[in-house]
Amino acid sequence: MKRELLKFAAFTLLILLLPLLFNGGYLMNVLVFVGINTMLAIALNLLLGYAGQISLGHAGFFGLGAYLSGVLTATYDWNPWQAMPVAAIVVGCMAFLIGFPILKLKGHYLAMATLGLGIIIYIVFNETIDLTGGPSGLSGIPSLEAGGIVFDSDVKNYYLIWGVTLAVVLFSINLANSRVGRALRAVHDSEVAAQVVGVNARLLKVQVFALSAVISSLAGSLYAHTMTFISPASFGFNFSVELLTMVVIGGLGSVYGSFLGAALLTLLPEFLRAAQDYDIIIYGGLLVVMVMFMPGGLVRGIPELFRKVFKSRGGADHA
Amino acid sequence: MFFIPTQTPTLTLMVREFLFQKRDKMLFDQILQYTLSGLSTGAIYALIGIGFSIIYNATGIINFAQGEFVMLGGLLTLTCLDLLKLPIWAAIPCAVAVSTLAGLLFERLAIRPLRQPTPINLVIITIGGSILIRGLAMLIWGKDTHAIPSFSGDEPIAIGGATILPQHLWILAITVVIIAINKFYFYHTISGKAMRACAYNRRAAGLVGIDVRRMVLFSFMISSAMGAVAGIIVAPLTMIAYDVGVMLGLKGFCAAIIGGMSSGIATVVGGLLLGVLESLGAGLISSGYKDAIAFIILLLILFIRPQGLFGKADSERV
Amino acid sequence: MLEVTGITQIFGGVTALEDVTFRVNRGDITGVIGPNGAGKTTLFNIITGIYNQTSGKVFFEDKDISGLPPEKLARLAMVRTFQNIELFGGMTVHENVMVGMHTKSSSGLLSCALKMPWSISEERRIRNESMKWLEFTGITDLAEVEAGNLPFGKGRLLEIARALAVEPRIILMDEPAAGLNSQETQGLARLIKKIRDLGITVVLVEHDMELVMDICDRIVVLNLGRKLAEGTPREIQENPEVIAAYLGDDD
Repeated sequence: MKRELLKFAAFTLLILLLPLLFNGGYLMNVLVFVGINTMLAIALNLLLGYAGQISLGHAGFFGLGAYLSGVLTATYDWNPWQAMPVAAIVVGCMAFLIGFPILKLKGHYLAMATLGLGIIIYIVFNETIDLTGGPSGLSGIPSLEAGGIVFDSDVKNYYLIWGVTLAVVLFSINLANSRVGRALRAVHDSEVAAQVVGVNARLLKVQVFALSAVISSLAGSLYAHTMTFISPASFGFNFSVELLTMVVIGGLGSVYGSFLGAALLTLLPEFLRAAQDYDIIIYGGLLVVMVMFMPGGLVRGIPELFRKVFKSRGGADHA
Repeated sequence: MFFIPTQTPTLTLMVREFLFQKRDKMLFDQILQYTLSGLSTGAIYALIGIGFSIIYNATGIINFAQGEFVMLGGLLTLTCLDLLKLPIWAAIPCAVAVSTLAGLLFERLAIRPLRQPTPINLVIITIGGSILIRGLAMLIWGKDTHAIPSFSGDEPIAIGGATILPQHLWILAITVVIIAINKFYFYHTISGKAMRACAYNRRAAGLVGIDVRRMVLFSFMISSAMGAVAGIIVAPLTMIAYDVGVMLGLKGFCAAIIGGMSSGIATVVGGLLLGVLESLGAGLISSGYKDAIAFIILLLILFIRPQGLFGKADSERV
Repeated sequence: MLEVTGITQIFGGVTALEDVTFRVNRGDITGVIGPNGAGKTTLFNIITGIYNQTSGKVFFEDKDISGLPPEKLARLAMVRTFQNIELFGGMTVHENVMVGMHTKSSSGLLSCALKMPWSISEERRIRNESMKWLEFTGITDLAEVEAGNLPFGKGRLLEIARALAVEPRIILMDEPAAGLNSQETQGLARLIKKIRDLGITVVLVEHDMELVMDICDRIVVLNLGRKLAEGTPREIQENPEVIAAYLGDDD
């Protein structure tokens, strides 16, 4: 556990110092998104990497958090600091309730069911025009304020978002190395054996599903308040696939892997700006290549690669 | 509803009878119209759904990319007609052949080399594959929607108070033919029976000398061919673009789930049911939520009766 | 202690078990034997809550446990091991046993994630206490090995250690000697006796006749889904029906 804390401290330092490297500018805006996507990727990873349950509808929870918080603050003048937790609780309860029937399904069926759920949520965003503004989106969402500071610039948003993201990272690391984290991984490895030693697999899966939804909702609310404008297009099936790609590329079951995957997939389109439309081909290609050649993700694959390279060079050292 | 004065009872009664009748008749015509067009889209869903079932039964894989072959069928036909200037009766087989080739390549390149075929990996790789195919389609055909001409003109045909187009009849006819060919293949040819054997018991099939890997390949090829045909026959009615595959694929999957993953009548019924319910719902309740109807049905079936409406015991496995 | 009455299990058209009734005494080592296809594993799966029987009841410590799921049975101090060992391959040997202590701990999701003080001290306790089960089964040296990399014999021992961490009053083992060589089987026999000496009742399904006759106090014989006989090893060995059914062919 000491090692984990050290890693976390190093990571925190990196995040704190990054803005100084880039000195503001456009990249800061992108780094804010990296923070949000990291939060989302970790949320999905808890479900997919630790508990082994596939979800192709996570953009839906993200969107629910964004719209609930956005509508409550923009249309009904709620205080964002009240709207965000309320949104999270509502989404959490929804996920808890729907988790029971949906997590009875396994493998492909679960994937399809979550996909369907995500799309239904997306359609609702598009059709409830009076509430959400429909395809044209919802604007006028207030920024967050705290202690006299208004979070309306990229640098301020960066620290706000990353503050929350780092908390989520620590939360997940603690969870992974705990009784509940072990129970989760046990359910993933052998559900029946976990049950035999007393793990209520069904309840645990639903709890993680709800937790994952709550974190996604939080990310969505923060997204709404930093962007001040949201539209359904950001919360559709394509984004769910993007999240899945982030988690798979980074490495299932690895919190830092989720960061890697999120960072890569958020930064890549920026560097390939000319290839705007090609991003979906790249995601598809990455998914296929990763699953075939590096199923453990970058976080395991790269050290493996290094090991292989060094092994082939200095064979005598590894007696 | 109009307020009808009660001072002149006979006239009132007559007017009321007439209005009710007219409204009922209009309603009836509307329902008929939606049902008929729903049957035709339902036939498409059925073809796509059968494609899902064939692959699932032979391999245990849900091919997320199934919808993309539907899209390819339509777009390839367009190219054959426009670019290669082929007549329609040549363009269609050409398009189907190329789609089948795409299915073959997909299985060879994406499915077979997979070292750890866990459900998660298979889901991810079929999703990735579908995205790649979609992306390539976008590169080749751009983002615009295209149309291909109807097979035999656009003269509407009246049935009762509703109208259908000749293309609707083509859809129903071709679907029936495909299903008949399917039935014949799976029950009266050696290779079809071999594929059913794989569906029932893969290991036993391998032990009696059936080349299971080749059956897997065939199942992908047959499904992509069927998907392509579905895409071609519906293309004259709906526009085709590089991204039509996603929704069509999902709805086809829904049809397959209703039918309990059967590759026979049960999925056909599932598809027709879905098409009609969707059409009625969109017409009578709200058109914006049209797509949601299919997914709500999907969720309901998966929650309440995951073995499909007709249960595994009765429906065919392959 | 464990009483099984009238258990019948019908799968589709096949009657796997028919009207099976027997009892297990506290503190005994009871063996369940029978030719292949006799229904032994099906019976086990019914007792341990993995299947629901078509009819009949299971009583544990005079309480009707018919139909209870495995996780509830663990809290009632009943645990089982599997014929094809079901390890948590992605975790270390030590972590596997720690999961066994799930019912002996209670920190919830939030307490764990927020590192509440009681969850920290509970984690320390779980870590330390689980070690003693590794010592009991003799695999302490493998504590940090990934469970998926264990040789089969050690994997068996791990599964037993994990089951013991539940602190059960009864442990049901499904063919624990399967896949073990004769040296490992002797070690297993000693281990099972040690378990009994802790006061835990043991029930095992087995094919290895030497092991069964050696350590069991009572034996139940199943054949073709029915109970054929019940008694001490001597009685079973001398029962002509049992001999006819299978003892003659198997050794």
